[in-house]
Amino acid sequence: MKPSIWLRLDHWARRLTPFGLSLLLVVINVLPLHIPSFARVSPILAMIAVYHWAIYRPDLMPAYAVFVIGFLHDLLSGVPMGIHALVFLSVYGVVIWQRRFLVGKSFIIAWLGFAIVGTGAAVQSWVLISAFNGTLVDPRALVYQYALTFGFYPILAWAFLRWQQAFLKAE
Amino acid sequence: MNENLRPVNRIAAPIKGLAHRFAYLGLIVAAFGLMMLGKADTVTVERFRAQATDAFAPILDAVSRPIATVNEIVTEARELAALRVENARLREERARLLQWQAAGRKLEAQNAALRDLLNFIPREAKAFISARVIADSGGAFAHSLILNSGERDGVRRGQAVVSGDGLIGRVIGVGSRSSRVLLITDLNSRIPVITEQSRTRAVLAGNNSVRPVLKHLPAGIFVVPGERIVTSGDGGAFPAGLPVGVVVSVSDRGIGVQPFVASDRVEYVRVVDYGADAGVPSGRTAAARPAVQED
Repeated sequence: MKPSIWLRLDHWARRLTPFGLSLLLVVINVLPLHIPSFARVSPILAMIAVYHWAIYRPDLMPAYAVFVIGFLHDLLSGVPMGIHALVFLSVYGVVIWQRRFLVGKSFIIAWLGFAIVGTGAAVQSWVLISAFNGTLVDPRALVYQYALTFGFYPILAWAFLRWQQAFLKAE
Repeated sequence: MNENLRPVNRIAAPIKGLAHRFAYLGLIVAAFGLMMLGKADTVTVERFRAQATDAFAPILDAVSRPIATVNEIVTEARELAALRVENARLREERARLLQWQAAGRKLEAQNAALRDLLNFIPREAKAFISARVIADSGGAFAHSLILNSGERDGVRRGQAVVSGDGLIGRVIGVGSRSSRVLLITDLNSRIPVITEQSRTRAVLAGNNSVRPVLKHLPAGIFVVPGERIVTSGDGGAFPAGLPVGVVVSVSDRGIGVQPFVASDRVEYVRVVDYGADAGVPSGRTAAARPAVQED
């Protein structure tokens, strides 16, 4: 028996949510919060989303979706095009490569994994932006930015896990 | 998840894996290609960025409003608590400013008289376009804002953006209903400036920190901390005399300038509509222009 059209629509809508939520995080990321200096060190929320979904549901977060998320991040935040597309794809690639190790592990291990992958991403983005501008840019703000990103990981990852249990389980 | 359940998948899986790997590599190459393109053809990429930003402008505009409201409430609550102290401070400041007003009026009259003598035609700003800040990000690497005014409101590339306190940056990308402002603190920002007292011309260069530095000063010139920096108007795109910041540190690493505007606190800005027809002087101006350098 073929499932009805509504059932299939519902199914697809649910499967699109990891990508949709990631895009939403990119938009939230650039909103002016009017907190002094926060915009300079605002955590890269979309990177958490890419990391999380690459571990738990890589079937719902294909590489081209990661590219689109990174591309939108570059577009809205005003950094040179392609930089975060590349950084996010690298994060994604490392996670898929080490997925056997990361999947099913405790929350702390996932967080630690994110810290390691994130540090790599920070170094990579610093190298890319320095090469792009032809000068060694000041890395201090970047350090704070990634420290905040690590800090935000538990909050977002928890929310994603709840979302997964609520909407993506029955498959 | 359960890939090896059916025999078909046992053959299909490696092929699928290979295809995935190629797609992944293709995307990596595409990202590199984008960076190269951004380096080689800045104008096209910025135009594309402006148009794409335009598509997101309504969303950003809508979502940033409640945040601004919450912020206003917080600010008001804080101000309410300090009302007495603030009132006393403002009384004092008013008394001091009245003295300045008297001095200013005197100088204004004197200035007008001297300009009459010189037959001086100033290039005044034509108009201001008010805009709301709808995005402020870029993280550590790009200091820029997105405004909710664009080409249809008269915003053009290269125009100066100010708030009440001074210069914020300049417009680098314009869509039809949004525009992007490069802040004076961004690594790629270069603003022709002049020191207010010693009239030394220099370039204010952003360095992605909160304090841009003065560069290209004439040899043998010393700038002291406390000196105010204003735009020089060189290059024609900016009006002269917009307040920019104050020199706070002079060291081997450079002359640090503290901007007057903390751009992350600003919700509304004004775009100075000045350079739009700056290259085409009106007949009267062209005829009457004396051989005097305008500052």
